[in-house]
Amino acid sequence: MTRVSTLATQLRAHFEQLGALPVETSILQPAGTLLDLYGEDIRGRAYITSDALRGEQMLRPDFTVPVVQMHMEAGADPARYTYAGTVFRRQDDDESRPNEYTQVGYEVFDRAEPISADAEVFALIAQALSAAPVKAATGDIGILVAAVSALETSEARKGALLRHIWRPQKFRSLLEQYSTPSVAREALALENPFENAGPEIGLRRTSDVQDRLDELRVDAQITPIPKAVVDLLDALLNVRAMLPLAVPQLRGLAVEMPAIGPAVERLRSRMIALKTRGVDVEKIEFATSYGRSLMEYYDGFVFGFYAETRTDLPPIATGGRYDALTKQLGQGAEIPAVGGVIRPDLLLDLVGAA
Amino acid sequence: MTIKLGVPSKGRLMEKTFEWFGERGVELSRTGSDREYAGAVRGVDGVELVLLSAGEIPRELAAGRILLGVTGTDLIREKLSNWEQRVEELALLGFGHADLIIAVPDFWVDVRTLDDLDAAAAKFRATNNFRLRIATKYHRLIREYLRQNGVADYQLVDSQGATEGTVKNETAEAVADITSTGETLRANHLRLLDDGPALRSQATLFKALNVNLSDAERKNLAELLTTLKLT
Repeated sequence: MTRVSTLATQLRAHFEQLGALPVETSILQPAGTLLDLYGEDIRGRAYITSDALRGEQMLRPDFTVPVVQMHMEAGADPARYTYAGTVFRRQDDDESRPNEYTQVGYEVFDRAEPISADAEVFALIAQALSAAPVKAATGDIGILVAAVSALETSEARKGALLRHIWRPQKFRSLLEQYSTPSVAREALALENPFENAGPEIGLRRTSDVQDRLDELRVDAQITPIPKAVVDLLDALLNVRAMLPLAVPQLRGLAVEMPAIGPAVERLRSRMIALKTRGVDVEKIEFATSYGRSLMEYYDGFVFGFYAETRTDLPPIATGGRYDALTKQLGQGAEIPAVGGVIRPDLLLDLVGAA
Repeated sequence: MTIKLGVPSKGRLMEKTFEWFGERGVELSRTGSDREYAGAVRGVDGVELVLLSAGEIPRELAAGRILLGVTGTDLIREKLSNWEQRVEELALLGFGHADLIIAVPDFWVDVRTLDDLDAAAAKFRATNNFRLRIATKYHRLIREYLRQNGVADYQLVDSQGATEGTVKNETAEAVADITSTGETLRANHLRLLDDGPALRSQATLFKALNVNLSDAERKNLAELLTTLKLT
């Protein structure tokens, strides 16, 4: 444990030297904020406790949310932060995974040049891991979001797909549903759909049900998404190659899906920015689907560093862009933000073994 | 040493369990006064009857404090993670049938499936500024089931009893509970989703895994299982 905390302190000091402000956050966080962000699933991944006064409290599962909150309340603009401390993750299924470990983070809140900030965070973390045999995997949720937002279908359907971007299975089933003719619903055919139904009870009212029936009626008339478009989306989701090869593949797809053009150009600019920072981009893998099942707040660039030979280990470092999170927690304010965390315990495992 | 058999300490579940063992030549009974939780076993040697709340049997099995136990599949799955690695199903007892289901108000004619529930939850959250509440005591099972089925924007609220009444009382919008016939649900103007139950449960005889047995205990277990025709 002491070796881990020594390394954590060193890493934080290193980020501090590079200009980040060291910050601390409480271990106990109000559970409500995190539950509203991640949904009920977080209960399976975080420890929740409570008292009669403050209600449910969560042992911080990460630093990002409290750091964003702190920044949105009183942060300088732009700002760079670093921290080191313990996070807690409930483990219901895998006893071999620790439920408590150290994270060292580096977070950038900067409006000026998001792409350069992406490259900065990635490069600094890559540098900190340079002694360890790791490989990087990256993705960009923004490309998929752009593709979905441009689909020729209803706003409601696009909204549903965007809402489930981080649930690949559900996303897939929605896409299948939207690309085949609607199944006729009994309730829509009835003159009075409420005729044989029970009385109105609970907070969801008859008017809410009626509203959704109206929406379903409209939805039933929507032209299915053509198979060719679904195939194109699949081709996009299946792009997986080393970054310098992925970019031309995506550019090729952008010819048929012009909507992803700007997002692909951002990816290309990011690649150049990474090169400028001395990162060997030939060794970075890119996959359109990468990061979709990580934490739900990443909405742009996303990355992870994995042990080259130890496939049993979780990622040594992860990070990404979370602009939407700052908006959600900012109560009206927002700022582009990107950050990443390192796990010094895993880093020591790897460096020790090397 | 004797081996311990945990059986639900009261009600129909206890009676039916006694009956099931009785039909197979192992006579279980409660001893002492009606209030005392002590039991006797006749027909085999070296087996001790422990009367426990059905809800505590999973924990006792996992801890190895009892070797055998009768309880519902639902309780094992709710209370034990990686249950397959901790207990083994020896026999389905054919009673105590109950389904873990999700039910919504019957007048939600737009909600027939989990996909509908998800869509309704998204809309509900946007309108009400809080996540659609589902009352249950089966938190783990339901959370996992909803996650697998891509339902978001809901919250589970704890309800240890009279769960079907929560919607009318406006403390929840939907419920997830165990039901055998659905009678109570209908009486409370609730309707099951068309997807079928999240889990089908029945009274089951479980054996704890990862318990070191002495030769005598192993012999006792073998004799019991032979008598019950489970080998």
